Amino acid sequence: MEKWHLMATVVLIGLTVRWTVSLNSYSGAGKPPMFGDYEAQRHWQEITFNLPVEQWAKFINPDWIALHSSRGYESQAHKLFMRTTVLIADLLIYIPAVVLYCCCLKEISTKKKIANALCILLYPGLILIDYGHFQYNSVSLGFALWGVLGVSCDWDLLGSLAFCLAINYKQMELYHSLPFFCFLLGKCFKKGLKGKGFVLLIKLACTVVASFILCWLPFFTEREQLLQVLRRLFPVDRGLFEDKVANIWCSFSIFLKIKDILPRHIQIIISFCFTFLSLLPACIKLTLQPSPKGFRFTLVSCALSFFLFSFQVHEKSILLVSLPVCLVLSEIPFMSTWFLLVSTFSMLPLLLKDELLMPSVVTTVAFFIACAVSFSIFEKTSEEELQLKSFSISVRKYLPCFTFLPRIIQYLFLISVISMVLLTLITVTLEPPQKLPDLFSVLVCFVSCLNFLFFLVYFNIIIMWDSKNGRNQKKIN
Amino acid sequence: MRIQLVESARGAAVMAALGIATGGGYWFSALALGVTLLKCLLIPTYHSTDFEVHRNWLAITHSLPISQWYYEATSEWTLDYPPFFAWFEYALSHVAKYFDQEMLNVHNLNYSSSRTLLFQRFSVIFTDALFVYAVHECCKCVDGKKAGKELTEKPKFILSVLLLWNFGLLIVDHIHFQYNGFLFGLMLLSIARLFQKRHMEGAFLFAVLLHFKHIYLYVAPAYGVYLLRSYCFTANKPDGSIRWNSFSFVRLTSLGLIVFLVSALSLGPFLALNQLPQVLSRLFPFKRGLCHAYWAPNFWALYNALDKVLSVIGLELKLLDPNKIPKASMTSGLVQQFQHTVLPSVTPLATLICTLMAILPSVFCLWFKPQGPRGFLRCLILCALSSFLFGWHVHEKAILLAVLPMSLLSVGKAGDASIFLILTTTGHYSLFPLLFTAPELPIKILLMLLFTIYSISSLKTLFRKEKPLFNWMETFYLLGLGPLEVFCEFVFPFTSWKLKYPFIPLLLTSVYCAVGITYAWFKLYVSVLTDPPVGKTKKQ
Repeated sequence: MEKWHLMATVVLIGLTVRWTVSLNSYSGAGKPPMFGDYEAQRHWQEITFNLPVEQWAKFINPDWIALHSSRGYESQAHKLFMRTTVLIADLLIYIPAVVLYCCCLKEISTKKKIANALCILLYPGLILIDYGHFQYNSVSLGFALWGVLGVSCDWDLLGSLAFCLAINYKQMELYHSLPFFCFLLGKCFKKGLKGKGFVLLIKLACTVVASFILCWLPFFTEREQLLQVLRRLFPVDRGLFEDKVANIWCSFSIFLKIKDILPRHIQIIISFCFTFLSLLPACIKLTLQPSPKGFRFTLVSCALSFFLFSFQVHEKSILLVSLPVCLVLSEIPFMSTWFLLVSTFSMLPLLLKDELLMPSVVTTVAFFIACAVSFSIFEKTSEEELQLKSFSISVRKYLPCFTFLPRIIQYLFLISVISMVLLTLITVTLEPPQKLPDLFSVLVCFVSCLNFLFFLVYFNIIIMWDSKNGRNQKKIN
Repeated sequence: MRIQLVESARGAAVMAALGIATGGGYWFSALALGVTLLKCLLIPTYHSTDFEVHRNWLAITHSLPISQWYYEATSEWTLDYPPFFAWFEYALSHVAKYFDQEMLNVHNLNYSSSRTLLFQRFSVIFTDALFVYAVHECCKCVDGKKAGKELTEKPKFILSVLLLWNFGLLIVDHIHFQYNGFLFGLMLLSIARLFQKRHMEGAFLFAVLLHFKHIYLYVAPAYGVYLLRSYCFTANKPDGSIRWNSFSFVRLTSLGLIVFLVSALSLGPFLALNQLPQVLSRLFPFKRGLCHAYWAPNFWALYNALDKVLSVIGLELKLLDPNKIPKASMTSGLVQQFQHTVLPSVTPLATLICTLMAILPSVFCLWFKPQGPRGFLRCLILCALSSFLFGWHVHEKAILLAVLPMSLLSVGKAGDASIFLILTTTGHYSLFPLLFTAPELPIKILLMLLFTIYSISSLKTLFRKEKPLFNWMETFYLLGLGPLEVFCEFVFPFTSWKLKYPFIPLLLTSVYCAVGITYAWFKLYVSVLTDPPVGKTKKQ
């Protein structure tokens, strides 16, 4: 591309912000005996090194992963090593996917593509969790993004291979699996199930099965081992939710303690039903009318449905919703920016526990400014811009005075931002009352949950009302 | 601590809102705010002993009476800046006491609690506001007529990025820890005032600056000659030469009065206490060695390297007697007096004479061929560069004295842009040894790449209609910095030479950069001396 140097500048800014955030504390720093995610990752390195063989880590420092004796190992050099691995993984997988995605956006000027890349790379949630709290989400999200790219550009086999790798890296990616399935199935149907479509279906099935077998081969030796892996991956024994998370069950439990009232298997069934009922309309629509745009929005709404209604959800799972929202940043900048700010805010209790207040505030403000300047979001709040035109027209058939939707949305945005800022200030400065020590975390989760419900409705409206102007919209996009 | 964090967060949010609300001029606020946020992210990085220096000065000015300020020596980092800076630290100390009272105790050597760190870092970030204002004023002095329509191709935009996001200033101020931001703000503001024909303000600002940090004496000749020639003599003859009868005694006295009043305000109290000799001895410590611990990439680095090479050759060819060579040599990187082995030793007087001889041609040019503020700026840069190249005990941070004003010239002419890029890239690279810790390695490489890629590509785009900025030799030289960095940071530490000759990376860095800086100085001199005299075409 002609302005490669500006894109290089953007990538360098993204990398600099990531590394400076990583200079801060990590999850569980200096807090024995449980420590946190940082220790978890180190522990997994310990296990995978000592049990099967992985020679490369041996050259750096064997003390870091000596079986048993390295539990709770914390040192400057080791921290540097761990942080560097995250940066390299990011640089190899996630960042190229983002750059390529932005370059492939259609009918947008080069400057806007670069601005889009800047905003995606500055998204605070991923930076703070991967480089602050410490995880390797960029690997799975990166692979998922390669999957989205492949499938949108009609390289279906490569796309599905990438997505299988993503799932096998982190099982949370199953949140994205339904849209992939529906989109690819829809493509097969469109090509005609008797001819090319059927061939494509067979090829896809083979790719998926082959990649799964390849990844799971070492564990196929015994049935018991396989079951053990599955039990670890899907810990249904742990309950409906753990800690404080911004989903329906946790918020609902403020009023009614479901966990205590209903038995375990009923909880699972209820959560299953709600999840699937909420995502079914969008998925059916995607199967019948597959389009890249519909695919992206369905990714958002499916992941959001799973986040809100599913079993044993962690607050970090919001990142699975944030990635698809980043992809639609160029189409609905105002709502996407709003969502991404709320998603970062919803993780506030976790970030405060890791002493990441300063990086959180700084990266959130930086992200907000980048989006506001790149997309002029405050000027793009008309019905057309919010993609609510067809919906409004349908409602106006019954209610002719329904013209106030953009204004309502603007007011809601203001209320949302003010409440987020206030809650942040309160959580940071005040002490919670003795009787309700978790008051502030619960409030944060409750407010975030309300916001997410609103977004669920909004995204579903966009998907369902997209059909009437489907062809016209395709020309614009 | 949380209160301070929240305050700063609130402040940042307000600035953000203001930035968005200012409509058309939002790009400047966005740039300023963006770099401020980056500075906040750099808070937990490594800081050098300069951090303790400033904490000590906070303690001295807060806890002791004025009569003790320049005599206090509990810590090795005694007060060696002029009185205005001492008053600045005194003002800061009154805010510091709300963060952590303990840092203001003179006997708390190397005290660095998290609150102290936060306060000191934030004080640098906040005082940078003056620098941001100065950059804003400088942008007004830049001619934007030949620019394209796109924002990112306008000279104002490029200049703002080159100054606000300057790599050297970022790592020296916000990682290594110093207060250069607002000092350069004062200097750039005085330059901007001279461009805007507000000479009295410019003179006043520069006088104030001198009493904050006396290193700016390096560029005082440029100010003195320019103000005398172009302000005190109010008109020129048609061919540009001096018209003696247009001398304005009023202007001269008003300038003199400004300088006198500022100096009186600064040194007056110490004169009254009869402490002037002590103050001066603190300000100008000549007992230090010719080169700083890390060699500044100046002429003397080349001189020393040559001396070392000749002595090695001499020893090999048995021309020199090994017993006569002094044991402690420069290359071990210690700050001390020493002697050269082959070439004649260098004394402070010799460096002063060399510096004066180097400055003289540019000053003469400024007198005999005045070209208005632009000519003054070139002379200023040449003074700064010449002092850097030939001065005594020069620190490599002093290269910023030349790099920042040169940014103003770089967006004007293609020739200046080319010199600027060579000077900046090599000057910034020479700052790398300041950050030698492992966690800061990615930061310095990423920021350096960021600044270098942006500066080269944006200036190339700005001047794309003229001939290319670099010839093949210069391109090779600049590209050579990459392998040099790889060798010094990644290859050398794993070789066997590390134990025997630990100084080699520093030696290579300073010699390589010295070549580039000397070349840029030479090219700039040539362009100044060969410029056609103004007289007929341009007005003053």
